[in-house]
Amino acid sequence: MTWFFFFLISAMALGGGLGVVAARNVVHSALFLLLSLLAVAGLYVLLLTEFLALVQIFIYGGAIIIVLLFAIMLTRSREFPRITDNAQWPLAAVAALLFFGLLTFAFLVNRPEADERSRVAFTDLGRSLFTDWALPFEIASIVLLIALVGAIVIARDDGRRG
Amino acid sequence: MIDLAFFQIVSGALFAIGLYGVLARRSAVLVLMSIELMLNAVNLNLIASAAFLDPSRFTGLIIAIFVITVAAAEVGLALAIVLRIFRNRATVNLDEIDLMKG
Repeated sequence: MTWFFFFLISAMALGGGLGVVAARNVVHSALFLLLSLLAVAGLYVLLLTEFLALVQIFIYGGAIIIVLLFAIMLTRSREFPRITDNAQWPLAAVAALLFFGLLTFAFLVNRPEADERSRVAFTDLGRSLFTDWALPFEIASIVLLIALVGAIVIARDDGRRG
Repeated sequence: MIDLAFFQIVSGALFAIGLYGVLARRSAVLVLMSIELMLNAVNLNLIASAAFLDPSRFTGLIIAIFVITVAAAEVGLALAIVLRIFRNRATVNLDEIDLMKG
């Protein structure tokens, strides 16, 4: 049963990914990306890390897809239908396939001993995040703050600048 | 029980798809989406490795949380830049944004 779900969800993730890079319509690409991200959340559930699955659905499925759709709507212009792939796409396909082959080879050759999987408790994860990882956590908050302030400054209208 | 290698191969395939998207697509927004795919593949690999190899500690999970945070910051900033480029040049076609081309 687990195998069935694994293959189903993996097929959804990879199919969504292929849809992102193959769809002609940009909005369709965004929706395929949403499918792929939700399928990856399903894989996290299979890995018994429900918290990461929740974070994935909230942040990617909610925030990032919405922001991407906003950007698509705001940059929509008459030229959109003809923006497709550039001339180097066969080269890109070869590079991606070679890279995938290399990764698969590395993963299959180097197979470490796996422990028995166990459920990760929310409380332990939270305690670790706020004690052992408190400093990186604060740095991450500052990175987010700087990025959002920078985004506002960059995207602001020129006329209103002092 | 599913082997670690299966999760790793799925994540490698996702990463390769994202790589193709970054190299082949012309719209800046689509390149950003492909970057999101690649970051997701990295996250999947991190979390699978953490779940299989180190279940008693959370290092991989916490690094994955930080990757998600940085991805959120990156997409906000990058889309602001895309909006600014669109306002200045009325295009998001990356082949036409060649101001710094020698």
